[in-house]
Amino acid sequence: MSNHLKNLKLKIWRQSGPTDSGHFENYVMDEISDEASFLEMLDVLNEGLIGENKLPVVFDHDCREGICGTCSLMINGQAHGPERSTATCQLHMRKFKSGDEIVIEPWRASAFPIIKDLMVDRSAFDRIIESGGFITAPTGGAPDANLIPIPKTVADAAMDASQCIGCGACVAACPNGAANLFTGAKIAHLNLLPQGQAERFKRTEAMVETMDEYFGSCTNHGECEAACPKEISIDVIALMNKDYRQSKLKNRKEISRT
Amino acid sequence: MTITFNSKIPAGAIGDKWATYKEDAKLVAPGNKRKFKVIVVGTGLAGASAAATMAELGYQVDVFTFHDSPRRAHSIAAQGGINAAKNYQGDGDSVHRLFYDTIKGGDFRSRESNVHRLAEVSVNIIDQMVAQGVPFAREYGGLLDNRSFGGAQVSRTFYARGQTGQQLLLGAYQQLARQIGLGNVRMFNRTELVDVVTVDDRCAGIVTRDLVNGEVVSHAAHAVVMATGGYGNVFYLSTNAMACNVTAAWRAHRKGAAFANPCYTQIHPTCIPQSDPTQSKLTLMSESLRNDGRVWVPTNADESRSADQVPEAERDYILERLYPSYGNLAPRDVSSRAAKRAVDAGLGVGPLKNGVYLDFSDAVNRLGKDVVEERYGNLFQMYERIAGENPYDVPMRIYPATHYTMGGLWVDYELMTNIPGLYAAGEANFSDHGANRLGASALMQGLADGYFVLPYTIGNYLAPMLNKPIPGTDHPAFKEAELAAAARYQGYVDIKGSRSPDYFHREVGRIIWDYCGMERTQQGLEKALSELPALYEEFQKDLRVTGDAESMNQTLEKAGRVDDFFQLGMLMCRDALEREESCGGHFRAEYQTDEGEALRNDEDFAHVAAWEWTGDPTKSVRHSEELNFEAIHLATRSYK
Repeated sequence: MSNHLKNLKLKIWRQSGPTDSGHFENYVMDEISDEASFLEMLDVLNEGLIGENKLPVVFDHDCREGICGTCSLMINGQAHGPERSTATCQLHMRKFKSGDEIVIEPWRASAFPIIKDLMVDRSAFDRIIESGGFITAPTGGAPDANLIPIPKTVADAAMDASQCIGCGACVAACPNGAANLFTGAKIAHLNLLPQGQAERFKRTEAMVETMDEYFGSCTNHGECEAACPKEISIDVIALMNKDYRQSKLKNRKEISRT
Repeated sequence: MTITFNSKIPAGAIGDKWATYKEDAKLVAPGNKRKFKVIVVGTGLAGASAAATMAELGYQVDVFTFHDSPRRAHSIAAQGGINAAKNYQGDGDSVHRLFYDTIKGGDFRSRESNVHRLAEVSVNIIDQMVAQGVPFAREYGGLLDNRSFGGAQVSRTFYARGQTGQQLLLGAYQQLARQIGLGNVRMFNRTELVDVVTVDDRCAGIVTRDLVNGEVVSHAAHAVVMATGGYGNVFYLSTNAMACNVTAAWRAHRKGAAFANPCYTQIHPTCIPQSDPTQSKLTLMSESLRNDGRVWVPTNADESRSADQVPEAERDYILERLYPSYGNLAPRDVSSRAAKRAVDAGLGVGPLKNGVYLDFSDAVNRLGKDVVEERYGNLFQMYERIAGENPYDVPMRIYPATHYTMGGLWVDYELMTNIPGLYAAGEANFSDHGANRLGASALMQGLADGYFVLPYTIGNYLAPMLNKPIPGTDHPAFKEAELAAAARYQGYVDIKGSRSPDYFHREVGRIIWDYCGMERTQQGLEKALSELPALYEEFQKDLRVTGDAESMNQTLEKAGRVDDFFQLGMLMCRDALEREESCGGHFRAEYQTDEGEALRNDEDFAHVAAWEWTGDPTKSVRHSEELNFEAIHLATRSYK
């Protein structure tokens, strides 16, 4: 049967809008089941706040299965909290104990402006994908799916990279607010596959340069990999850097040819 | 508006209908496509694929999602796979067999012509997704791998680990992103549909509410596609994401679009049982687990030993015993009821005795832990995170939960609702799954509708409208809808009662689950229909939404969604009450065989129930569309 945690001290970032300077507010959670998820704990807090005629804490969340990437939260300074390879929505209260103080903040990154309380705007990620994170394949023109065999190891490596849920933990954990893990993951996914070769270098250059418009620079701290709920390896950054270097030469040659 | 139900099924043999349709459909020339504006609401598999393809063809496309990014739609959470009649395994699959399995799985309550088309285009979907870079599972030789799913005796399910929905959605999202980058699609994030506008009995556009600042805005278009998902969250606890809701479809319904078969809801047999009253959702464990997991309960209701201590002789492998030829892969409705009966009989397992075992010990012994991990690793991890137990050592505990809704907006063969110019695709429509959907067929249908059906059928509607003016957002119908929507949201804030939207949502969910869930009775449904209006009245008087309507307010968003769930819930119960038979996911206790299986009444109910809004959800008018089975003979569904 479930146990109950008592007397949790919550210190939560409240900010009414993008222009508000924001502040921490303290709340006490008298009792919560250890079977509850972290976000369900916040649900209980919010129900209480509505009961007191106060504004509930705004936070992003949706699938609560760790796959949609909507949830975020810095929990005690860690992106998605203390459990490795786990998004906030899959974190359960059994990872905490009675009397704990829990500090809850939004993602902190200049590319992710705060909308309200714990909710941020991550649309800079979409800009990166829009600039090249795809394989151009108009509907209807595709050859038979088994026409090009893909070695299992290659398909698996592409799949490892394509598991990224786009949550932004990598950026939040990075001291520079860099998005190299996110961008590298998409580039690795597509550049590893035979179908991705035609646009490989065009894609890499466009995505890296879009990334640089919004995000900080990578200095190989590795915090991103540690924070990633899908355990995406920083090897994808190495692959991205290699292809970016190559793209600067190759793309130039293409221009000189035309 | 008078409702007419012309399903527009093309003439000819079942296998020729789609080809004939495409040959006869009117076309819009490439250079003229940019003169048409199409709105797509929702960015799941159906919405993203439809928007990307139509933009690619040259239409001007505006896309709306209430998420912060189109990549978040709930298609992303589908785990197991996607069906296609590729016959790559050489095990006797064909378009006809997939068609037959889908009709039979749906308990003969779907439209033959639509289902056959779905089976036909299924093969194109796999080609398309591979070309886009979806990393499906492969054999060592580099060819695609398949697994089997419930309700089929062939292996036709393509998968990408336990994250097939994610990989397919990212594929479709990337195609959409490309079109956004090219300027062919205007994307509106964190924007919710709050009304559909009709002018002269045609769909003229939509009204939206910006969730960040509360602004209510009109958008005019030549055609509107609703790809807004299902309504499973009416049950409160379901496997749906928290924000899944019926509002878009319901607002279309209130503007005249018929709502079909709302009582057809699917209860998925393998979810993690509820563990705590604060629980906000249930988590699904993919049906693919039933390929290797065995469902059992102890034969003794007082069993207190741990699972591994219970000897074989004292275990009841319920599905293998009841349905020997399909075994643990019996279809979802059948498997769910078997689990419910075991738990109702007091044989449930776990601390709350509210589940049945799904045991992998045989699979681990037979295949080795590595193979099991390769197949299901991430699902096992997810289970451990939630339930706090390791399924390699201890059997999973599972119980059915609401997962998918087969009912939805009524559409014809072209996926158009009975409002000209308003289309519905994916889970939002009712068309392909009848009374029960087979596993791995939701992803197939979403992508079929978006990639391979709508882009063809929409041109047939648009072509005659070339160079004719359409009503703009300054039309009084738009202004009226904007004012009504703004007043509706301000109204929730102004009630200033004492209960939150979540409180009411839980209460509606409890009533619907108890009386319109896995097993329904006349008495129960009548009880629900007396309790729901009373609770709805309380909602309208005692709701509390703190904050205002002019800024980000998640409580207010929820209030609007719960309001629509109330109305839908009443219609669901009416539909379940009037359908005096059992079929697929709709099980009426009064109509069952001696063995407890669903008993259909083809004489009186081989039809689609399409409901017309009258202003009061308890007084909606029931219309029907007869279902004619020409290619497949009506038969009793048996999985024994």
